[in-house]
Amino acid sequence: MVTDNQANQKYPVNQIIPFSCVDGPGNRTAVFLQGCNIDCRYCHNPETRRLCINCGACVEKCPVQALYTEDDKVKFRPERCVRCDTCIRICPHDASPRIREMTVREVFDEVTKYAVYISGVTVSGGECTLHPQFLKEFFGLCKEAGLNTLLDSNGMISYELMPEVMAVTDGVMLDIKAFDEKEHKSVTGSDNVQVLKHAAYLAETGKLAEIRTVMVPGLNDGEAIIHEIAAYLKPYMDISSLRYKLIAFRQNGVREQYRHYPQPDADYMEHMRQCALEAGFREIIVI
Amino acid sequence: MRPISMERVERTRKDILDIIESPVLTHEQKLTNLANQADSLMEVLDLPDGLEEYLDPVPGRQCICDLYEGHAPMRPRYIIPDYDKFFAEGSEFLQLAPPTDFFEAVNNLLIIYKHVPSITNYPVYVGALDKLLDPFIQDMDDDLVKKHLKLFLTHIDRTVLDSFSHANLGPEATRAGRLILEAERDLELAVPNISLKYDPDITPDDFALEAVKTCLRSAKPSFANHKMFRSELGDDYVIASCYNGLLCGGGSYTLCRLILGNIAKRAENIQDFKENVLPKVMDLQARYMDSRVRFIVEESGFFEHHFLAKEGLIHRDRFTAMYGLVGLADAVNILFEKEGKEGRFGHCKEADQLGVEIMDQIDAFNQSHEAPYCEATGGHYLLHAQVGIAQDVDITPGTRIPIGEEPDTLFEHLENCSLFHKYFPSGTGDIFPMEMTARKNPQFILDVVKGAFQKDLRYLSFHDKDSDVIRITGYLVKRSEIEKYQRGERVLQNTTQLGAGAVQNGRVLERKVR
Repeated sequence: MVTDNQANQKYPVNQIIPFSCVDGPGNRTAVFLQGCNIDCRYCHNPETRRLCINCGACVEKCPVQALYTEDDKVKFRPERCVRCDTCIRICPHDASPRIREMTVREVFDEVTKYAVYISGVTVSGGECTLHPQFLKEFFGLCKEAGLNTLLDSNGMISYELMPEVMAVTDGVMLDIKAFDEKEHKSVTGSDNVQVLKHAAYLAETGKLAEIRTVMVPGLNDGEAIIHEIAAYLKPYMDISSLRYKLIAFRQNGVREQYRHYPQPDADYMEHMRQCALEAGFREIIVI
Repeated sequence: MRPISMERVERTRKDILDIIESPVLTHEQKLTNLANQADSLMEVLDLPDGLEEYLDPVPGRQCICDLYEGHAPMRPRYIIPDYDKFFAEGSEFLQLAPPTDFFEAVNNLLIIYKHVPSITNYPVYVGALDKLLDPFIQDMDDDLVKKHLKLFLTHIDRTVLDSFSHANLGPEATRAGRLILEAERDLELAVPNISLKYDPDITPDDFALEAVKTCLRSAKPSFANHKMFRSELGDDYVIASCYNGLLCGGGSYTLCRLILGNIAKRAENIQDFKENVLPKVMDLQARYMDSRVRFIVEESGFFEHHFLAKEGLIHRDRFTAMYGLVGLADAVNILFEKEGKEGRFGHCKEADQLGVEIMDQIDAFNQSHEAPYCEATGGHYLLHAQVGIAQDVDITPGTRIPIGEEPDTLFEHLENCSLFHKYFPSGTGDIFPMEMTARKNPQFILDVVKGAFQKDLRYLSFHDKDSDVIRITGYLVKRSEIEKYQRGERVLQNTTQLGAGAVQNGRVLERKVR
């Protein structure tokens, strides 16, 4: 039951991509919610991490006056924006002034326009499970409309504790950024005990739609991660049917202090693909 | 036959010598061009009064274009032989019996292709290859079939020297269809063009996904909305040349095109365009086409004497003609400027609405014009969104959004297309270069096609932005061949030269990548 209060509740939407070919199988509308609960060094959209604190630093730097301040709040005029991303680059707070505050219904109405063209909807972030009420209501509407629903998530929050969300979620595309606890901590600032526990839960309940690992030579050990994940998940599911997306680290968008990591080349990624094959994965996507 | 001036004869002799001495034209290209020069001296058509003013090829002024069809057409522009009948009965003229196995089938096809005329002198339709060949491969293993298919397709590419040549696949999945898609993926050839007749209720997803994978390697097949074409043209339609819906065993006598941007330039405002200028030019083009059709049917003797007609592989009463147009976007933008209105075609509801009104007017005119010898299509011509020619400068193909002005999102682009594709049973289409990432997710493109066909889109083409074979406007060219031609080397296929012109004049390599 959605109360009036909940219906008017607004959520911070970083952006809605009408057609995405990289956020799950087929063509998907991807909704990016703002706010994250970990701090990955290689994050390529760090502006999704926090909410704007209205410091105004971006307002004066915007070259086309798409930003202004009103009642001590930073406001955005989308019609002026030229997507130069100056505001995002200079934000001292890993936020974005271009967030749209939207109700579930507003987001759903936008998605409805794209419905005939898409396989389904993916909600990503930031970390979208920070907004479970949104997920429950939005995916509820999507399911009624016959759309497939996927979460793109970092596994830090227990899915088991949000059964209403999981009831309307077809699957979770889970980041496993490292297997070794220390390594995970150095990549994300957090340990991964819960991530692995939640991965097992998803695998067991048939909701693990995909796992993905960003390969960063010098930061994480791709080969070890692949083999250890395979061994860990095997008791819970047939991993030959599990899609594993191996993502090459790319420097664009990454914060200055972390941009020094090398981008793995095609040979490195091919080696990772071979490792995944050896480990028993069959559906492997390298990007 | 009307006389012509000696001055024109001398000018033509000079052009003939240029052709003979050309360093870049191949022998075959010289023969074709010489024939066109001979034809250009003829004056036999019964031309409507006032046509010349609009037909005169002055850049920025020309309103009607006959696409170099010549002054005395001796055959229909597009000819669609009934290859099923050819397989069932053989050909007396070609001294060929019906094929009894795969090897004879392929050999018979390669022979008849050399005897199917068209505006390009090459066949614009090479058959529904999957359905033609599938019955012959049942007892053969995949490797052997694929080996021979590759030889067959390479033979076509090297002897049908023009990519306005089209094979059809689908809508049903067949083993032959799969093997053709696999072979094309490996070969990456420009000829033939291929369309998959796609109907989500008939075509299985796995077969359609094979087609997507192939188009991201070799820029084909394109996807044709089978339900839509079938509802307009019946079961026996084919896709030929660029993307032209025509009847099997028939074809199109002629194709002329309205250059809408230049027509708009002659109007004072929107009202003058709709009430005076456009109606006059539409009528002139229709009557010019009438006279071309009458000459082919009544004077040329083609239907009385050509073996395709005599042996029932084509039928005069299965032919129609294509009433073409280019530059809807140009016309809308020019008229908006004349009215002092803001907004451009593809970006503004009001501008798109004007486009719809213009198309409604052209459609209504075409439906009211009684076209001679077009009983196959209800006594009327079929509208065609022409894709442009190499010489076009500042002329946008058909009803497309100009290159460089595409909307930010593919969604918005498709929404614009959905307003216009329905008008054109004899063909229209849009082209989308894709990022490499699409290769990892072929379902992405299939989803887009499924949605687009629900939204009344007719014909969609995709290619990888980095592939060697690319779609120029409606036809395919190898980028590497264009580069050769630009270096002054001779190239095998005629369409490479057209592609080089379109790259320069039409900026076709600058389409927005999706």
